[in-house]
Parts: sequence; C-alpha cells; structure tokens
Amino acid sequence: MPSIESVGEPLVRLRDLHLSFAGNPVLKGIDLDVHRGQAVSIIGPSGSGKSTILRCITGLLQPQRGSIRVGNTDVHTLQQEAQRIELRKRVGFVFQQYNLFPHLSVLQNLVVAPRKVLGHNRSDAEKSARALLAKVRLEHKADAYPGQLSGGQQQRVAIARALAMRPELILFDEVTSALDPETVGEVLTVIRELTEEGMTCVLVTHEMRFAEEISDVVYFTENGVIVEHGSAAQIFQNPASERTRTFLRHALGDPGRRPVLANDPYLLSNLSRYSLSV
Amino acid sequence: MAIEASGVVMRAWPRRHLGKLFLLIGLGAALLYFALQSPVSKALLQWSPALARGFAQNIVISLVAIAIGSLLGLLVGALALSPLRGLRWPARIWVQCFRNAPWLVLIYFTTYVFPFELRIGGVYFAFPDWLKVTIGLALPASANIAEIFRGAVASIPATQWEAARSLAFTRGQIFRSIILPQCFKRMLPPWMNLYAVITMGTALASLVGVHDVIDTAQIASNTVNKTGFTVVIYLSLLALFFAYCYPISRLTQALERRYAFY
Repeated sequence: MPSIESVGEPLVRLRDLHLSFAGNPVLKGIDLDVHRGQAVSIIGPSGSGKSTILRCITGLLQPQRGSIRVGNTDVHTLQQEAQRIELRKRVGFVFQQYNLFPHLSVLQNLVVAPRKVLGHNRSDAEKSARALLAKVRLEHKADAYPGQLSGGQQQRVAIARALAMRPELILFDEVTSALDPETVGEVLTVIRELTEEGMTCVLVTHEMRFAEEISDVVYFTENGVIVEHGSAAQIFQNPASERTRTFLRHALGDPGRRPVLANDPYLLSNLSRYSLSV
Repeated sequence: MAIEASGVVMRAWPRRHLGKLFLLIGLGAALLYFALQSPVSKALLQWSPALARGFAQNIVISLVAIAIGSLLGLLVGALALSPLRGLRWPARIWVQCFRNAPWLVLIYFTTYVFPFELRIGGVYFAFPDWLKVTIGLALPASANIAEIFRGAVASIPATQWEAARSLAFTRGQIFRSIILPQCFKRMLPPWMNLYAVITMGTALASLVGVHDVIDTAQIASNTVNKTGFTVVIYLSLLALFFAYCYPISRLTQALERRYAFY
C-alpha cells in the first residue's frame, strides 16, 4: 500500500491499536501517522471506530494494546490522570454535539479553560478569546449564551474554545454531522482556514468533498481496521480497495436504491384503505 | 372539538384567577360575618399576638431545619458521589434510612434520645425541645437534599464531563467550574419545594410540647371553649400556612420556567 512520504518524526503515531468495549472489539490494529502541519481525514462507515481513534489520541479512552505517541508523549504508558491532563493541554477536541457549557456565555466558554487550566490572567484570556471569536466571525455573540445560538454558530464557538488552549493538534469528531447542509459551509470554512494556516488537524468526517479538498492524507476505516490510506487524490480518484470504491460511490451521490417490494403491506400509500382520522 | 378547546385556551387568562377571587371574596365575607359576632372576633384578636409568636416559632424551626438539612445534605450527597466505596456506602445508608422514616417518628426519636442540656467543658448548654424538633426535621431534609443533589449531578449529560476533560480540566475543576454551577440552578426548584414541605411539617412540633402555632391554637380553643372560635382559629392557621407556603410554590414555578431552556 503506498503512503505519503514525509520527512521527520510524525506528531501523532498510532501502531497496532486494539480496543474493545466489554469484549466487543472496536479497534483491531490501527496504524496511523499525522505529521506536523498536515490535515488528515478519517472516513468510513458509522461504527467503524473513527471517533474511538480520536478519543484514544487524547487519552479519553485507553486502548488494551498498541502504542500511541503524540509529540514526545507515549500516551499508552500514561498511568495517572495528571499526565493525561498535560497531554490534553496540547490536543484540542471538537465534538459532534458541540458540548458547550450552557451556563457560561460564549466569551466565558472560551476563557474558562485558559484561566483555570493554563492559569492565564483574565484580561489576556479575554483578549485572545475575542480575537478567536473574530476569527470564527462571532465577535458580536460574545455575551450570548450557547442556547441562543444556532448549531453552526455553536460549533464555531466550540472550535474557538479548542483553539483558546493554543493546541498543537486539533481533533474534529464529525463536527458537521448534526448540522443542516447550509450551516455546514460556515463551519467547514473555519476548518479550511485553520488547515491553510498550518494547524495540524485530524478530521473524522462524512463530508467527502471537503475531505478531498483539504486533506493531505485520507484514511479509510472499516470494522476497526484501516482498509486503505493515501493522498486525497489517490483515495478519491483511484482507490485500490474495492470496498473503498463502493463506499465512495455511495457517499458521493449514488444512493444505491433498492427496488420497491411488491405487495408490501407496510407501504404508506396502502394506509389510505384504513380511514385515518386526524 | 379542537375549536372548542382553543376557545377555552383563549379565554384562559381572565378565568384563571376567578376561583381565587371567589375564595378571597368568600373569606372576606366570612370575616365580616364573624367580625359582627363580637365575642369570637374579639377572642381571635386577643389571641392573635400569641398565634403570631407561635407561627414565628414554626418559621424559625423551618429555617434552621432547612439550613442544617442543606449543609448536611450537600455533604452527604457529595460523599454519595465519591469514587471510594468506604465513603459512598455510609452516605447511601444515611439517605435510605432518613428518607424512608416517618417524620413524626424521627421527631419523637430526637426529642427523647437527646438530653435536655449538654455539658461541654463544664458549661451547661440548654438543649430546648424546639431545637430537638428542628434536628428531627433536618435529618429527613438532609437525606432528601442529598438525593436532590445526587440527581442534579447525574442529570448533567456525560458529554459535559467529556468536553471538560478534553479541555484538560481536573476532576475537581470540572466539579467546581462546570458541573456544580449547572446543578444549583436545577436544584433550586426541588429545594424550595422541600422547604415548603418542611414548613408544613413543623406542625408536628406541637406533638412533643413545643409552643408553636398549633399548640397555641389548641390552648386558645380550650380556653375560649366555643365551637365557632375553634373553627375560626384553625381556619386562620390554614390561612397562615397557605399565605407562607403559596408564594414559595409560585416562586418555584417561576424559577422552573425561567431555567427551562437548559
């Protein structure tokens, strides 16, 4: 399998990662490299372990076997929560469901971690928070509460909150999956700008066109293994694996419709026979 | 059917306070009627300072009970959430024992178990009955508050923990900065509800000889010895408790509506 040749030590390096939940194997030997400044996308069907990989990288989940190295930290050897906290200061995480703190205003959401965790003083933290809000084009929402924002706005705040910690690496876990097609664009614009600035990003995504456009490397996972990986052009234009080809064909438009069953008793049009009162 | 229902909804506001208005008018008329019959109203007027003193005793008991109960309850609730089994189990047992015991039994228990005075370092401190009753009420209050607290913490979605952990917060920081501020808003309505229930529970204090409003009413009714007066004085007790507890319950409802958005 061809791979992207990059010079130097990778920032994130996963080798032979195994993880199972209550005897149910989710990851079955994942190898993955992310170099500094790269945007890496992980694509694949739901339940293939994509989000689990991200949670392992930031130490939210501990694998049963295999090694994880982020920078100079061997994540799989960390025993204490304090050590994982040191790791998480360097790794940002953006969730599918935003997970903003509802009792704090947008500005406080951005300020709370730098102040409490990094010990920044209030004025510095607020100054950089406002700059980050301007970056995600939400400076006018600084005093709003998360409940007053749309999904796309909340997700941009969540990205700004992750950036407020000045991470070396940001993990995006299906950040647009809860959004409607129109607001997806505003979030993707922010991520695209980040990758252009050289922020190291790992994205789990179902936005194939976006992944193709911004990624340096794309990994295709299924059933807890990496089926194939390579440059975006290679995976999307010329996939080596038949499975990748099928997945991309479905993901990129062909809905794969099944023929309608003859005499289906549950077909909705048949319900008209029974008088429905509303 | 639907049209009729919407019509009712449309006219709901002017109708909403109609029952209360009638009640108020009825009460006013009754008061006026009794006021005309001078001996009963005179007796009520005569006894009203004593009733007010008694009711003040009830309020003091309820306030001290909720204060002790809250402090104790938050402590027990925090222990119940501890990852250490040695701390968690005693808290669980405390909650189950005092939440499932009749309040009157607890009040008798505290009244007869505690001595009438305490000797601390050669100095005697009086341990009056009303304080014993207060502790008797504070025990079930603490168990209920511990459960309210535990429930509030559990009701914060796990994703909030995950988000805070991903931002490199420690467990203690997550509790203090993220979870507890969200909990207190959620706890406020059930906490105030419990306070109203405790206030009503202070009526039990009369059974162990505390001179509260019920006790005063009994004495008054025995002294005056008129059926009409007995009815009026217990009616005024009802009105007193209602006047104190109803605003609390309304405030609770208002707070529930205000914090409904998360």
